[in-house]
Amino acid sequence: MISEKEVRHVAKLARLELTDKEVEKYSAQLGDILKYVELMNEVDTTGIEPMPHAIPIYNVMRDDIVKYEETKEELMKNAPYEEDGFFRVPKIN
Amino acid sequence: MATASMEELRKKYEVVIGLEVHAQLKTKSKIFACDSTEFGNEQNTQISPITLGMPGVLPVLNKECVNMGILTGLALNCTIPEFCKFDRKQYFYPDLPKGYQISQYDQPICINGHIDIGGKRIGITRAHLEEDAGKLVHMGSSGIAGSSYSLVDLNRAGTPLLEIVSEPDMRSSDEARAYMEELRTTLRYIGVCDGNLEEGSMRCDANISVRPVGQKEFGTRAEIKNVNSFKALQRAIEYEIDRQIDIVEAGEEVIQETRLWDDNSGVTKSMRGKEDAHDYRYFPEPDLMPLQISREWVNEIASKMPELPAKRRERYVSYGLTPYDANVLVEQQDIAYFYDKAVNLNADPKTANNFLMKEIAAFLKEEKVTLEETKLTAESFAELINLVTSGIISNNIGKQLVITLLKEGGSAKELVEKQGLGVISDESSLRNAIENVINANPSQVELYRGGKDKLFGFFVGQVMKETKGRANPQLLNKLLKEALNS
Amino acid sequence: MNTVELVAKTASEQRKALLNKEITAVELTEAVYKNIEARDEKIGAYNSLTKELALDTAKKVDEKIMKGEELPPLAGIPLALKDNINLKNSYTTAASKILSNFVSPYDATVSKKLKENLIPVIGKANMDEFAMGSSTENSAVKITRNPWNLKKVPGGSSGGSAAAVAAGEATISLGSETGGSVRLPASFCGLVGLKPTYGRVSRYGLIAFASSLDQIGPMGRNVEDTALLLQAIAGHDPNDSTSLPAPVDDYTKNLKKDLKGIKIGYIKELCSDGLQEEVSREVQKAIQTYKELGAEVIEISLPLVKYAVSVYYVVATAEASSNLARFDGVKYGFRAKDADNLYDMYVKTRAQGFGDEVKRRIMLGTYALSSGYYDAYYKKAQQVRRLIKNDFDNAFKKVDVLLSPTCPYTAFDLGSKIDDPLSMYLTDIATITANLAGIPAMNIPVGLDKSGMPIGIQLQADCLQESKMFNVAFKLEEIVQFDYSTPSKILV
Repeated sequence: MISEKEVRHVAKLARLELTDKEVEKYSAQLGDILKYVELMNEVDTTGIEPMPHAIPIYNVMRDDIVKYEETKEELMKNAPYEEDGFFRVPKIN
Repeated sequence: MATASMEELRKKYEVVIGLEVHAQLKTKSKIFACDSTEFGNEQNTQISPITLGMPGVLPVLNKECVNMGILTGLALNCTIPEFCKFDRKQYFYPDLPKGYQISQYDQPICINGHIDIGGKRIGITRAHLEEDAGKLVHMGSSGIAGSSYSLVDLNRAGTPLLEIVSEPDMRSSDEARAYMEELRTTLRYIGVCDGNLEEGSMRCDANISVRPVGQKEFGTRAEIKNVNSFKALQRAIEYEIDRQIDIVEAGEEVIQETRLWDDNSGVTKSMRGKEDAHDYRYFPEPDLMPLQISREWVNEIASKMPELPAKRRERYVSYGLTPYDANVLVEQQDIAYFYDKAVNLNADPKTANNFLMKEIAAFLKEEKVTLEETKLTAESFAELINLVTSGIISNNIGKQLVITLLKEGGSAKELVEKQGLGVISDESSLRNAIENVINANPSQVELYRGGKDKLFGFFVGQVMKETKGRANPQLLNKLLKEALNS
Repeated sequence: MNTVELVAKTASEQRKALLNKEITAVELTEAVYKNIEARDEKIGAYNSLTKELALDTAKKVDEKIMKGEELPPLAGIPLALKDNINLKNSYTTAASKILSNFVSPYDATVSKKLKENLIPVIGKANMDEFAMGSSTENSAVKITRNPWNLKKVPGGSSGGSAAAVAAGEATISLGSETGGSVRLPASFCGLVGLKPTYGRVSRYGLIAFASSLDQIGPMGRNVEDTALLLQAIAGHDPNDSTSLPAPVDDYTKNLKKDLKGIKIGYIKELCSDGLQEEVSREVQKAIQTYKELGAEVIEISLPLVKYAVSVYYVVATAEASSNLARFDGVKYGFRAKDADNLYDMYVKTRAQGFGDEVKRRIMLGTYALSSGYYDAYYKKAQQVRRLIKNDFDNAFKKVDVLLSPTCPYTAFDLGSKIDDPLSMYLTDIATITANLAGIPAMNIPVGLDKSGMPIGIQLQADCLQESKMFNVAFKLEEIVQFDYSTPSKILV
């Protein structure tokens, strides 16, 4: 139902490295779950508006005010690799 | 490069250009967080848990961004739909802390607008709000290729952007440039964006394709990025037109891709292979509630709309300025505002414009300052112009005085009185001055009387010097002629 | 009553003892830590302890008592905080390797409210990784065992929060829900547990799983304690755009009101087939009790309930796949070593940092949103979701409160479902609809099965009707007189 090729593609989109064994396993498990999920298709949804929010509220906004509650040090404390106040990452090419 | 045959080839093809512009909105705080949007500060000093995408944080929409979006839409003749919402655009990159950008996908804040450039109407498909990404610095080389690692600064992450997408209505690099200039001027005048391509407060991507003249379908287009000035935009378009024509003439297909403009080498380069086609997996942003934009809200913003560039140009032309002069004035917003103030204080519009475009412009350029940084006020400028147009001082004196006012401030009237700078229209004083000049320059007098008419200007200059520029020009001419010809 | 006994009592009894100066808040807190020391190695309710903070809060409470100052209702009552709720300067790990070293730089709004209410936070409670699971077996930190029977699961994903309260390692706790993760462990551990109306409690600071479904929920030994805890944390929050502007009710005012005129509907689709025998029996007993209490009890059919799990596993996983994209090793958390380049770092960090269930759900969600599949999966699921909500809206036109079991069965054995993801997902069949519809729902313990494991009844009400639901729950609780303190006695 979901091929190993598709699993590899999805894993790439989600930035997850999978072993061959995992690809096989997920392919089977995701296939089972997707099959179950197809149950939804029994329901006639013609003309029904999707429900992205649980509650109908609109126009939730705030004023254009600058304020800080944490210091730079507090926020950078968890950085895995900091250099000169930047976050350092391996080469992007 | 265009060659003689290239020119002929170009006649066979039509270029189709659409522009996507990202304008940074001038709010104080970011679109979804309360950090400052200030430019140029030390790395990672304008951040918060929200900007860093820390676990558990939630975005809250800055109302001023919505107001600016509506204002811009109205200035660009757009429809503001009653309903719009936010969506997540998903991809992985180190300058995108959450792994998705909050943007607007299928229900943006503005649709169906236009900008007029010199009689041609360029359509605007849509404009939508979104957040900016952070900045990357690549170490170990001059760019991303060949770098050994990169550094991430998230100060800019979350700055509000308005993405303005034009219809593919432009047919030349000139039109593209004109569109960009008018868009930029408009954004500046309504106060939503600095419009500075070099600094990045306004960014431009061009979608370019070619098709044989007469063909209805569009050709395959390429997207050109990294265009950092109007000149670069035109050069990039011109290059791309030739590149695509070459491909099509060779019987091959133009590839739909993103290309980077390299200003140094003057070519566009393919980004193919560097990144796969993105599947952005858009879906509605669950952390933000949608917007219902009432007509009252839209009308309230419309009522605060500043005068738009097109209207302003019309007004200046009605004062008697040439369209060219009117445009030059409009393009310099701070000078236009100053000009308006002076004209409201009854300064003659044409004279005021002359001074601004000549003496004042030259001064600002040489001293490398803005008008605001000088000591000249609109009030004293208006006063000066009135002194000139009413004949109390000569144009020359006016030119000298304006420099003084720029450097030291003060009142023109007071300076004229204190230094006795009024126009000399008294015949006997003028005759005296003329006589002094004639006596001091006998050889030139002889040459003039011998037939060298051109030397008249020399004598005029000398008398002006003698009278410290105060001689009444018409009277001077009359009396000088009499004296020389006698 | 001595300290040992008091630790196993309700919040109101503890408060009485504090106000009568029979015990200090510091003594109560320290007694809880003593229990943790003695028991938690076996139970595994906590990932980290916040002793300094807790004692600091307790000291403040004692000062106020000494001065005779007024105290918030739950002041000094020890609380376990689920490890996906940010508490400033404490570890907040979501029971994941990818956050194992993450120290919160900020407080969640509910954490701020706990501090304002002088409620000592004892420690961070274990959970399924990123709240994905129904048994707490998906934690990357440790196993949590059900204090009623150490061979069984405590339920999930808020298993640690429930186990702590059941085992006398806290009196009250906060968990979180996306598909039943407070109600289910409450049911398995014999506690009261609630999911409030969506938006009633701020999500700011709760590590997001599925944004349109998540809510923080209170757990306690009885209805009153749970209602008081909801009172302390509920309310509009400008930092959470999805929080409700409606004013907060007085949740304990009408607990004792009699049920004449109240209409209760038991959900046909959840009260018949596939129930463990004792669960079915307790449901019938509850229906009978409510009739005797003067409520009108009718059968309500919600035919779309059977699609709830399908809808949930599309909507929740899609939102989760997006919410978990931020865990990339760049700004905080775990980063894989020996990565050659950025892409390598991403794929290795996330592969090594996330557990199996999390990866499975990320991939499912990514697939559901991907090009070509959005309409068939995500859009379709959100449409069915609306129909499910409509079903509930119609039901609440006919009744005030809905009744069903919280789970078709009682706590299962550790390890018995871990290799069958689908079977694990079906544990949530009765609870998931409340999250999809955004309505409040709660568990109350009503009895024990043959092996002595707790059975829970679920009540659901319309949006913002928590008070009514508490009232209906309270009246049943009064009759049932469930003994929640059994594990405390066993473990001593």
